[in-house]
Amino acid sequence: MPAIDVRNLSKIYRVFRKREGLRASIRSLFHREYEEIHAVDGIDFEVERGEMVAFLGPNGAGKTTTLKLLSGLIFPSGGQADVLGHVPWKRENAYRRRFSLVMGQKNQLWWDLPAQESFRLHKEIYRIETAQFDRRIDELTELLEVKDLVGQPVRELSLGERMRMELIAALLHSPDLLLLDEPTIGLDVVSQRKVQQFLKYYQKERQITVLLTSHYMKDVEALCQRAIIISDGQIKHDGPLAEIVDRFSQFKVIELQFAGTKLPEDLDRFGEVFDSQPPRVKIRVPKNEVPRILNRLLDSYVIEDISVEDRPLEEAMAELFTDSASKAPS
Amino acid sequence: MPPSSTQNPILAQARTNWVILKTCLEERFVYRADFAFATLVRFLPIVTQVFLWGAIYSGAQARSESDEPTTLNNYTYHEMIAYYLMAMLARAFSSMPGLASGIARDVRDGTVKKYLTQPIDMLGYLFWHRIAHKLVYYVVATGPFALVFYLCRDYFPHAPDALTLLALVLALAMGFLIGFLIESLIGLISFWFLEVSSLLFIYMMLNYFLSGHMIPLDWLGDVGEWVEYLPFKYLAYVPAAIVLGKDGYVLGQGLEGQLLIEATWIVGLLVLNRIAFARGVRRYGAFGG
Repeated sequence: MPAIDVRNLSKIYRVFRKREGLRASIRSLFHREYEEIHAVDGIDFEVERGEMVAFLGPNGAGKTTTLKLLSGLIFPSGGQADVLGHVPWKRENAYRRRFSLVMGQKNQLWWDLPAQESFRLHKEIYRIETAQFDRRIDELTELLEVKDLVGQPVRELSLGERMRMELIAALLHSPDLLLLDEPTIGLDVVSQRKVQQFLKYYQKERQITVLLTSHYMKDVEALCQRAIIISDGQIKHDGPLAEIVDRFSQFKVIELQFAGTKLPEDLDRFGEVFDSQPPRVKIRVPKNEVPRILNRLLDSYVIEDISVEDRPLEEAMAELFTDSASKAPS
Repeated sequence: MPPSSTQNPILAQARTNWVILKTCLEERFVYRADFAFATLVRFLPIVTQVFLWGAIYSGAQARSESDEPTTLNNYTYHEMIAYYLMAMLARAFSSMPGLASGIARDVRDGTVKKYLTQPIDMLGYLFWHRIAHKLVYYVVATGPFALVFYLCRDYFPHAPDALTLLALVLALAMGFLIGFLIESLIGLISFWFLEVSSLLFIYMMLNYFLSGHMIPLDWLGDVGEWVEYLPFKYLAYVPAAIVLGKDGYVLGQGLEGQLLIEATWIVGLLVLNRIAFARGVRRYGAFGG
């Protein structure tokens, strides 16, 4: 039985449509116009227990709304979801004790108190036994390298330290499901890496189910094998992460190193030259023309080294989302 | 992982409430200087109000041709000061600064998420938070209150007997609950309207008159009759009327009935709060990340 089973799930928001200008503002006092936003539009997917899945999409695609539905924060407009054997929006305590939702942009810890006070409160709220609580605190503060900071008021911590404390608070009760919404947003590279490494280790050790949204493809590549891509509230792709570049990117990158110190001047006839550091250069070329272009290059120049690479995931995603945005009805 | 199964659920809940209370107390003490200053500053209006009533009564006395002490609407100057001080004491229990606006802010900025995704009851949590708020307030305010009451001891008609004192304590405690439940209900309306500051302003204005905070309710004439049927009088007027031994607020002469009606209001407001919360969270959009 999967940890998450979502069938035809949808969420429609009714939002007030405000036109521009003072006159429109006055008119809206008497006559309000609303429009329906299909934030999540009939999605289906399953996540097996112990799986770590990335939930990707541009801003406003429906990622966070889906996480809110799965955590029972909001009610759906239609469809069903079974999460760990519960219907999330019934908000049963038995369910709420088995998952955690961490939002990178929201703070759950008491701002003016040391994080250890929030942890103690969580101990009681989640009814964690003292010995187990002490063990968990030791383990998590050590793994996240914040042992010396738990006695410091949260407001005095850096963003990276705070996010690590948020993760500890979220994991104290050993949830079976972790919903992470942009956990590394705004973090510096070092903190990002620490959070990534921790999540990778923790998920592997505990075999918990994790659903992660992130705009940082490095997070996604480091942590997830599988990705669900959502755009305009609908699922566009559900499968191995590696397939995304293959499926959605129309280009590959040929990297060349020429003999000598100069680059030929007519390279742009093969494709888009985008990274030129003589004698090395990168050319973006259409995927289906790679063999033909390679032949022509080898025939035309003296080349010392050559490699063909997929475009980075980040670029492929950007291309995909730009395409879907330009195809969307205005 | 399931929670500890060895704990008795009632004991476990009591422990949770205690830790919530303790954590809230710790938080309140963080900004102790600001809090102490704000509490002391709140005493200034009491002093000015005592002088104001003094001026009103001496003006009335000067116009009067009789040597008898002036009464205004059946209140002597001494009774008026005693009433005012008791109303202020009652307000120290029933006023809930920041409760409704805090709930509205939590709904608007999404902080309410923690009450919905964690196994806690939002109203219960806010209740213990408010108890902590009040306890710290009393620690700071007991000294100044005791001083004011000591200095004004001659204004009180007589010391209440033990049973009346018990009824007073009960009325103050229930006044706290009614104040809490009315403000939390206004806060929960933010699930529908997001912004409740105007509504709160109207409530504060009405409350000022209809609770007896500004003037005793028996000064309101015909209006005072229907105010009798509203819950606001329990926020200030009733505790003061008990101490002054007003008609209908004396043990054996209607006070028991008043307290029973007050308890019924509490149950009614609690049910309304529960309904508003259950419907509000169904409507909740959790907009914006």
